Amino acid sequence: MTLASRLFHRTGLVALLGAAVLGLGCAKKVTPPPPPKQEAPPPARPTVTLQANPTTINKGESSTLTWNSTDATQLSIDPGVGTVTAEGSTKVSPTDSTTYTITATGPGGSATATAAVSVNAPPPPPPKPEPSIDELWAREVQDAFFDFDKADIRADARTALAQTAEFFKAHPSVKATIEGHCDERGSTEYNLGLGDRRAAAVKQYLVSLGVSASQLNTVSFGKEKPFCMEHNETCWQQNRRGHLVKAN
Amino acid sequence: MLKSATRCAGLFFFTAVVLLTGRCASGQDWFRTGTGLGQAKPRLAIADFAARSDAAKPHATLFTQVVRDDLQFSGILDLASPSFYPSEVPTVPSELKAPAWVAQPTNANYVGFGNLTESPSEVTIQAWLFDVRNPSSQPVVGKVYRGGPTDLQVRKYAHEFADEIISKLSGGLPSVAQTQIAFVRSTGNGNKEIWVMDYDGANQHQLTNLHSIALTPRWAPDGSRIAFTCFAPYKGINSPQICMYSIDTGKVISFPRFAGTNITPAWSPDGAQIIFSSSMQGNPELYVCDVNCNRPKRLTPSNGANMSPVWNPKTGQTIAFVSDRGGTPQLYLMNADGTGATKIDLPEKGYVIDPAWSPNGQLLAFSWRRPSDDYDIYVMDAASRQLVELTRDQGRNERPSWAPDGRHIVFESTRTGVGTRQIWTMLADGSQPHQLTFTGHNESPNWSTH
Repeated sequence: MTLASRLFHRTGLVALLGAAVLGLGCAKKVTPPPPPKQEAPPPARPTVTLQANPTTINKGESSTLTWNSTDATQLSIDPGVGTVTAEGSTKVSPTDSTTYTITATGPGGSATATAAVSVNAPPPPPPKPEPSIDELWAREVQDAFFDFDKADIRADARTALAQTAEFFKAHPSVKATIEGHCDERGSTEYNLGLGDRRAAAVKQYLVSLGVSASQLNTVSFGKEKPFCMEHNETCWQQNRRGHLVKAN
Repeated sequence: MLKSATRCAGLFFFTAVVLLTGRCASGQDWFRTGTGLGQAKPRLAIADFAARSDAAKPHATLFTQVVRDDLQFSGILDLASPSFYPSEVPTVPSELKAPAWVAQPTNANYVGFGNLTESPSEVTIQAWLFDVRNPSSQPVVGKVYRGGPTDLQVRKYAHEFADEIISKLSGGLPSVAQTQIAFVRSTGNGNKEIWVMDYDGANQHQLTNLHSIALTPRWAPDGSRIAFTCFAPYKGINSPQICMYSIDTGKVISFPRFAGTNITPAWSPDGAQIIFSSSMQGNPELYVCDVNCNRPKRLTPSNGANMSPVWNPKTGQTIAFVSDRGGTPQLYLMNADGTGATKIDLPEKGYVIDPAWSPNGQLLAFSWRRPSDDYDIYVMDAASRQLVELTRDQGRNERPSWAPDGRHIVFESTRTGVGTRQIWTMLADGSQPHQLTFTGHNESPNWSTH
């Protein structure tokens, strides 16, 4: 094919195409078709994913929930998290194994996804130990209080010493010192004698309730070791006592 | 009315007693004798002792002051105020111009004077007392003291010189200038230790170091030991025990331990026996034993608490003590073998504690809390039961102990503040109260017997 013939050939194609286009345009103008109906495509259904990392925790630890969504206008994670944004992450610390559900809602409907976080149960607590002797002592052994210048066991002291006696009878290996104390009003010397009789009265009463005398030792401190240092009756009453001290 | 009349009369009589203690056979006598007494006390002037060098000046001042304080304290003489003295002061007898001291305003009967020489290793003190109304006579006292140039030594010499003067002017009455007072000091951590000080409060120092509670020190009659009550747990026994401190060795020496509460030791007049309160058999009773206390013998049979025994220092026959066998603590007397216990009746009830015999065995000092009052010190004539109140409205006053001169009493008082006990002395008529301790809590003073 010569150059001239190829030019002709191409020109001829263009002409033909132009004629065709013109021919069509003329045809529509002639009979306009009805306008196409504007029908919107159906909205996409939301999609959502939810993952937990790690999926297993110990009690007290946390796991991270991560989610992604499309075509959702509202997302919420249950239980406990609530409304969230389209994508994100949050930490959760469930106390028990929990399946989290994310619900994505949009114009196209709703979708859900779930992620489970399992929580290892803590090791069972060691069985509660029996209370120690010291704990029992603190709970059950009570001091006896006295009236001014008296070494008689009062009614309230009888109640206190009854409980105290039960402790000693239940724990015959426990030994105690009964300290006799006095308030500051008497003399140093007289109070040493009075404290001696208070301690002896407490011992005698406990023995009368069945406590072994060999468990109980006595000492008088008179007014030398007061519990309370003020100069009033409230304080003096605190200082007039038979005070039990564990000796072993 | 009766009470106050007794008190006033007692105070008046008592001033006389103070002068006559030791001369009268019985308490009844001294009350009667006292009313007729018109004798004036001798009047003394103690000139400033001269320092022979600048180095001796502080000790010259100290010596002069201690002598004056001792004489003032004695209560048996009048000390002319130094501001009345002539300007020319003798330093040796040849310089004494007697008429100037006899003249008003000094108006002295006796003049003391002398001088001090001091080197780094020694102080020498020459000291005289002259009767300026008999200027040609020999010195009443003439002494030379030589020793280490310390405050303590100079104080000791001053006390010795004052003792000489008091002995000469009183016709041999014992003086207290060289005596000491044992007491209990609490150091703030709850511990109480036995301390001792000179009678004037100087030279306070700690004796025991038990890190515990020590109470009720009592000098042995010869001054070689102090018996006291101590809490010093040992081999499972933590109750109070009788403890013994040796002045000679500076140590606590062994003493038998007993079950129960063992407190308030006291000495027999000859120092051979100890009496104390013990609940070793259950109830606080009085026991007596020799100084080794091998077999204590029980003296009291009672249901009450018995403590604070004191042996009559003159007769050795009577023991005063405290017992609440009648309900509240009261004073009792009994024979030294435990027989014949009788209660001392007082005009009112209340609490009666801390008996202390005067050296002549005629007077009992004690503390008494009357029903509407605080503890106060009283003195009673043991024979006539006449009573004198020595303290009043001055806090709580307890634990009197007599000076060996029978004219002074040391005691503890809260008068400087509630809850703060300090040690004071006074004349045995209640006059001239003088505070000896100022730091910490101090209690339970006991005056050495010589």
